[in-house]
Amino acid sequence: MSGVDRLNVPEFERPIVELEMKLESARMDLANARDEAARVSKEEEVKHLEKDLKKLTDSVFGNLDPWSRVQLARHPNRPLTTDYIKVLFDDWQELFGDRAYADDPAIVTGLGTINGVKCFVMGHRKGKTLKERLECNFGCAHPEGYRKALRKMKLAEKLALPIISFINTPGAYPGLEAEERGQSQAIAENIREMATLRVPIICLTIGEGGSGGALGIGVGDRYLIMENSYYSVISPEGCAAILWHDAKRASDAAKVLRLTPNDLIELGIMDEIVPEPYGGAHRDPRKAMDIVKATLLRHLGELQTIDIDTLLDQRYEKLRKMGKYQEVPMATA
Amino acid sequence: MKWSLGSKRGAPDGLWMKCEACDNLVYKKVVEDAHHVCPECGFHFRISAAKRIEYLLDDGSFVEHFSNLESIDALNFKGQKSYKDKLLKAQKNTGQREAAVFGTGAIAGQKVVFGVIDANFIMGSMGSVVGEKIARGAELARKEKLPFIVVSGSGGGARMEEGILSLFQMAKTSAAIKRLQDAGGIYIAILTNATMGGSMASWASLGDITIAEPKALLGFAGPRVIAQTVRQELPAGFQTSEFLLDHGFVDMVVARKELRQKLISLLRYTCREMPAYVKQSGRQTSKVEAPKVASR
Repeated sequence: MSGVDRLNVPEFERPIVELEMKLESARMDLANARDEAARVSKEEEVKHLEKDLKKLTDSVFGNLDPWSRVQLARHPNRPLTTDYIKVLFDDWQELFGDRAYADDPAIVTGLGTINGVKCFVMGHRKGKTLKERLECNFGCAHPEGYRKALRKMKLAEKLALPIISFINTPGAYPGLEAEERGQSQAIAENIREMATLRVPIICLTIGEGGSGGALGIGVGDRYLIMENSYYSVISPEGCAAILWHDAKRASDAAKVLRLTPNDLIELGIMDEIVPEPYGGAHRDPRKAMDIVKATLLRHLGELQTIDIDTLLDQRYEKLRKMGKYQEVPMATA
Repeated sequence: MKWSLGSKRGAPDGLWMKCEACDNLVYKKVVEDAHHVCPECGFHFRISAAKRIEYLLDDGSFVEHFSNLESIDALNFKGQKSYKDKLLKAQKNTGQREAAVFGTGAIAGQKVVFGVIDANFIMGSMGSVVGEKIARGAELARKEKLPFIVVSGSGGGARMEEGILSLFQMAKTSAAIKRLQDAGGIYIAILTNATMGGSMASWASLGDITIAEPKALLGFAGPRVIAQTVRQELPAGFQTSEFLLDHGFVDMVVARKELRQKLISLLRYTCREMPAYVKQSGRQTSKVEAPKVASR
């Protein structure tokens, strides 16, 4: 990726990037070698570095702990909702505004065509530049964002377009005005309405699944999550602050919360993990896009064959099964 | 009997209590007669599910359902104390298996599906069992064509110790309520101190009619989190019942002592089979029809 700060990466990834840069410069030197002796010695160096890099990447990416996954999910170079829309969807028609208060840039909504299939697409927008990030509150939506999403979802229902939702938010915006305008009510209504919207809905978590803010556009027929994403009731930092009064223990909290894709499958929430290129989507965005595209098309194909009433029953049953508890035998009725 | 005001700290147990809102020493019997409301400042004390049932339902009408549901530590959650210990402690303190107590009962003879989320049990936070009981309650109300009334005291929001499972109770409860409402059923939400986070952002905000007890803390994000984000002092009365009324998010704020009568009035409009109000005093004796538009 050009124009990005390659060293602006999580701590655990930095040695890899540094080694990659070293390898690149060695390869350049090799290409520019003036004589045979220099060529041989550079060739030797490149081979060594390649071996080291393989060893290093395997040791780092081979066993990512939950906190590393969270960091990858928040990776500054990770493809965002807007990247997936730009690359995967043709004839994109963005639609703005909630018709009640404002247009919230933290949620993007619009009409797009993927491989000839007409869809309604929405997702959290985090922004690329600092200016954009500030405008989008780093992907934290206000009530008007959720209301905009709902309004456009109703349009999708009318047009019988399947819905694809890209989830990537640290959480809904916690602020004075958000409360004044009914953050809880906006999220609650979205969740309720999505439960019975008469079109197929695919929810794909591409990074952060931050609590109610994620769920506000996250109820549907398929719950997919990318390999280096997380979904959680509370941020690891917030959880650590509650448990140990120390937000710095976020890595411990990430373990406790069971927020990784594998955990979420095991707990019966997510349906499928979407694999990423080795080391994360940001290391080969094009390949990540291809995988996501194939996955979306496969699910769209499947969902389009199911009669809508059956689909709604399945959607409900899936939600009804969520949760774990026991039923103790009663001594008396 | 000799009463001594004494120091606040040394208030004789059982007779006097200190109001946590206004710090006044108040006579316990007066508070109890007022349905646990402070006679000095009107603060609504936290009450148990049993008290709530006593205050709102016809005497002896409540039959508990789903009482055998019990939480489990599905995540093997370990903070400073384990979730298991927390559950045991809450069970011991409240004598209840969980925060949610649901069942059927009657209000002025009208049968209803009624539930309470008891704030005394892990802050009334919503785990799998609370979510399941709300969903089952809504399903029962739909099946039996009964009004569905839930009193929320869920300041804990989604229960952190059940992680993602509690988060998705938001979707489960909302979907069940949606099915009830789509079938023409009525859901009355009564919001009490405190109802926040995942509870407020799902079932608690979805009432066909929403009533709040005075001065309850109601909102999405916790005030401390918001104060950190906006880095400014929050206005007085922020996230209270009255704040929500001002901003259009609740239908009415009703004092605890008037809640039952208010529910009876509302149920007259929501339930066709309930007879309309007949004015007792004066000469008018003819039956007054309930307005058509208000009956569902």
